[in-house]
Amino acid sequence: MKSLAATVMASESGPHIPGPADFFLPPIVGSGDWALTKVTFLVLLSVVIGFGFFYAASRKAAVVPSRLQFAGEYVYGMVRNSIARDIIGSKDYMRFVPFLFTVFIFIIINNFYGIIPFVQFPTMSHIGFTVALAAITWLVYNIVGIAKHGFIGYLKLQTVPSGVSGPILLMMVPLEFLSNIVVRPFTLAIRLFATMFAGHLLVALFSIGGAWLILHYAPTWQGVAAGVFAFLLGIFVSFLDMLIMFLQAYVFTLLSAMYIAGAVADEH
Amino acid sequence: MILTQVTAAETEINPLVPHVPEIILGVIVIAILFVGVAKFIVPNFEKAYADRTAAIEGGIENANAKQAEADAKLAQLEAQLADARHEAARIREQAREEGAAIKAEFRAEAQAEAERIVTAGKAQVEAERQAAAASLKTEVGSLATGLAGRIVGESLDDDERSSRVVERFLADLEAGVH
Repeated sequence: MKSLAATVMASESGPHIPGPADFFLPPIVGSGDWALTKVTFLVLLSVVIGFGFFYAASRKAAVVPSRLQFAGEYVYGMVRNSIARDIIGSKDYMRFVPFLFTVFIFIIINNFYGIIPFVQFPTMSHIGFTVALAAITWLVYNIVGIAKHGFIGYLKLQTVPSGVSGPILLMMVPLEFLSNIVVRPFTLAIRLFATMFAGHLLVALFSIGGAWLILHYAPTWQGVAAGVFAFLLGIFVSFLDMLIMFLQAYVFTLLSAMYIAGAVADEH
Repeated sequence: MILTQVTAAETEINPLVPHVPEIILGVIVIAILFVGVAKFIVPNFEKAYADRTAAIEGGIENANAKQAEADAKLAQLEAQLADARHEAARIREQAREEGAAIKAEFRAEAQAEAERIVTAGKAQVEAERQAAAASLKTEVGSLATGLAGRIVGESLDDDERSSRVVERFLADLEAGVH
């Protein structure tokens, strides 16, 4: 597996076009599938950052919050009130707040790695992590649903729409099963992975292409002009990417809350 | 050349195939973060929320208690003020009555004193007048007798006669005056 720098060096005749290979970083420790890469360390670091920041913010639990506590409470309050409480309902949202808050901060930290200088790699562009997240969400909402309604009751709740009968019901049940039980984890995982992957790819393309145009293109003035334009576009795309980084973390948490709400709902 | 490189990379690596070690790492890391969040962060924030709610409710209760206390005090002060006004009116009335009584008493006393003085004066004047009249009577008698004796040249030493003459004289005098 070639490193990014080596690839750039090797292709002086044309720009290196960033592709999927650029998402697989060289191992730092070990080799093969179980090698520890930058991604491994970033994921581990995200726990330290997430827990460290919010623990520091919540440690004093003061009635009159400090700036740090206020910032922590702002994020926590968003997940707790505008996601968990508003969607699951004030009756039993509280037991899902720790899970939803974990999901939110884990995703948002790992996404924002993509924009932090020198880190510059959104770990969620590796589908393995989004699969892990989606699998956990899938297990959580199905388990709480089965725990509340029983296995048959839960299947009925998820697959039998109310107010439908006859042959349409026969068509609806498999469709509902597919959309509520089968497809959800895939869409969750792929949505988050694909947005982070594409965002990083775009930013990489604009910066690598811009650099190549400025340094290597002849005639030089055209190369510099186009390269500067590419960098400007790259900056714009970076801001767009930041918005998407936040939005995807929010959407994933929101959808998790909606799935849980659907699973613990009393009726349709 | 570029094209071959890219296609080579794509056949080599499919980004849609999850890496099993990454799934395992992801699950473990999320589990660790979840434990930290559930055990420390959420309880701490909830404690802050609960404390804040309690502080606000306590503040409202406190304010209500203070308000009630202030109302009670105000009512008490108003009652005291009314009492004081009443008392003042009563005292004023009493003072007026007392003043009137004292004035009447003084007036009566003064009247009595004046009457007493007038009576005493009258009595004294009467006494002096009587004394003067008595002495005048005597003196005028002797003077007139002496004078008449001297004028008529006769002895009028006979007391009985002379006093008769004097009486007659005085009676004439009084008749003349009236």
